[in-house]
Amino acid sequence: MSSQKPVLIVENLSVSFATPDGIVHAVNDLSFVLHEGETLGIVGESGSGKSVTAASLMRLNNSVTATSTGRVVVAGVDVLSASEADVRRLRGSEIAMVFQDPMSALNPYYTVGYQIAEAYEVHHPEASKAQVNAKVLEMMTKVGIPNPAQRADEYPHQFSGGMRQRIVIAIALVNDPKILIADEPTTALDVTVQAQILDLMLALQVENGMAILLITHDLGVIAEVARDVLVMYAGRVVEKADVEDLFEIPTHPYSWGLLGAVASLEVSSRGHLRTIEGTPPSLLNLPSGCAFHPRCSFASENGSRCTTETPLLVQKGPKHSFSACHLPVERIVEIGQKVGN
Amino acid sequence: MFLFVVRRLFFAVLLLLAVSVVTYLLFSALPVDPAALTCGKNCKPDIIAANRIRLGYDKSIVEQYWLFLKGIFVGRDYGMGQAAFSCPAPSFGYSFAQHECVTTLIGRTFPVTAYLSIGAFIMWMIIGVGSGAIAALNKGKWQDRLANAFTAVGVSLPTFYVGLLVLFSVVIWLGILPFPDYVSPLEDPIKFLNAMILPWLTLAILSAASYTRLTRNGMLEAMNEDFVRLGVAKGLSRSVVLRKYVMRAAMVPIVTIAGLDFASLLGGAIITESVFSLPGMGKLAIRSVVESDLPVLVGTTLVSAVFIVLANVIVDIMYGVLDPRVRVK
Repeated sequence: MSSQKPVLIVENLSVSFATPDGIVHAVNDLSFVLHEGETLGIVGESGSGKSVTAASLMRLNNSVTATSTGRVVVAGVDVLSASEADVRRLRGSEIAMVFQDPMSALNPYYTVGYQIAEAYEVHHPEASKAQVNAKVLEMMTKVGIPNPAQRADEYPHQFSGGMRQRIVIAIALVNDPKILIADEPTTALDVTVQAQILDLMLALQVENGMAILLITHDLGVIAEVARDVLVMYAGRVVEKADVEDLFEIPTHPYSWGLLGAVASLEVSSRGHLRTIEGTPPSLLNLPSGCAFHPRCSFASENGSRCTTETPLLVQKGPKHSFSACHLPVERIVEIGQKVGN
Repeated sequence: MFLFVVRRLFFAVLLLLAVSVVTYLLFSALPVDPAALTCGKNCKPDIIAANRIRLGYDKSIVEQYWLFLKGIFVGRDYGMGQAAFSCPAPSFGYSFAQHECVTTLIGRTFPVTAYLSIGAFIMWMIIGVGSGAIAALNKGKWQDRLANAFTAVGVSLPTFYVGLLVLFSVVIWLGILPFPDYVSPLEDPIKFLNAMILPWLTLAILSAASYTRLTRNGMLEAMNEDFVRLGVAKGLSRSVVLRKYVMRAAMVPIVTIAGLDFASLLGGAIITESVFSLPGMGKLAIRSVVESDLPVLVGTTLVSAVFIVLANVIVDIMYGVLDPRVRVK
């Protein structure tokens, strides 16, 4: 891993939003590195700060209400502090994004061919009309759209959800970016289409050698695609692990809950789906200490420490997993082995 | 698309036919004897009776309507022998109060209303869409609040009040402009502008307000759309995103409402024309009401209806042009 070149460095990223009800701390002190060709998964519930993180990497958050601190380095440029023109040069060419809902991600007023061409032309102003057209057809073929020459002149509403997501991917990859952020790329799609889209993304990753940051709440997707995983809870990383280690010996009580909640055909639980007790905390008013403590059944084992002190992300257990938990290592491994498989 | 337009136009004609029936019947049902109004108070019964026959009011209502409808297409002749006269097609009847064909009256007053409408329309679109866009781009700042205040004032003040306020402040208090005195632009363009600028402004202030709100809200809504974020994520410049993504989305409802507003203005801006004493169709309509001049009343109503129905058809077609999702194959 260390031999590969880092393409995205995130250091101490914090994002907060000013709202009428107060300040929402969406992301707190997030750090990670994405290497060339690597696939990193970020997993967490709704409201854990995943999508805000994704948007920050391209500085897409509302500039009026959002405040970001820390550093996000792409191609040697700090996205958070660079000028608008510098960030614009990165967007689409170095770092691109696939959005969650393909039904709303395409501009309904222009043909899909035009929208792919537009993404190419903005970073290739010297390209001739014929070159642009050839590129559009090449991309549409690459993402598996039949009859590309004819379908390029159609509007987004004439495509199905899966086909639209293919177009979004074509737009994202038209400039061969080094980083692809996929923010819940399959959540809005039918299950059968989900696998097709994931396969397509992975195939194109092999072809382009790009790094993928896959943001999802779906552990199944993570298991299939990612190599490293960040588990986020209430805007913080609570566990950072190799994907196999995460499933084998998870090292954070929240991860135990998540893995326990995965529906499986093998485990018969008498028709009941397991859940994590309670609800995710309001980002307006985070619990003191460890944000997970109100929902954690192990918090009492540490006395009052969980309610007063925010645990740091440190290496725990026999694997190379990092966990932000106050429980002693032996106890974590003991429970982790029971939960994992 | 062609078939769609043909079908719309066909239904528009049917609708106008229905409007003409209802209008004609409604106004004929008024407790007024048109023939008695053809000559002053000291009219002799035999003259009234003669006029009744001459203008066709002795016939049944169905027959009257038929003659009226026929007149629109082939013109209409009144009376016989020495007293005969005719109103050529398209004839909407004969005004017994003003002793002229209704079509002549409308033909004379319509250009005034058209000038008023076109000028006001251009002004309010520039003011309304411009201020709405500025407000949206500066959401929460003083520009936004100013636009909000303007909207609140604009939509709540009545036309006659704004008209008189403008007239009083500019003409009487500041004395910048002479009292508006309408002259055809073909005769004296400077005098024409002098007379029109205040009524334009009055209508613009009133109508711009709702466009400010429409533009502001439409743009803010669009800015939250995923496809706008994708536009930014492509690396497009702010001005391109605003033009091709945000404004493009906000434009559809604006065009729809602008078309309808413009058409209803073409039917006569009754209050504005009265305040600034412009000899337009609105003023003609008001006069016909006061004088119970039924043919003029029916004529102006029908002409307004034609504009509104036509505008609806045009807006429907425009909608298909602007939004590919409603385009019919």
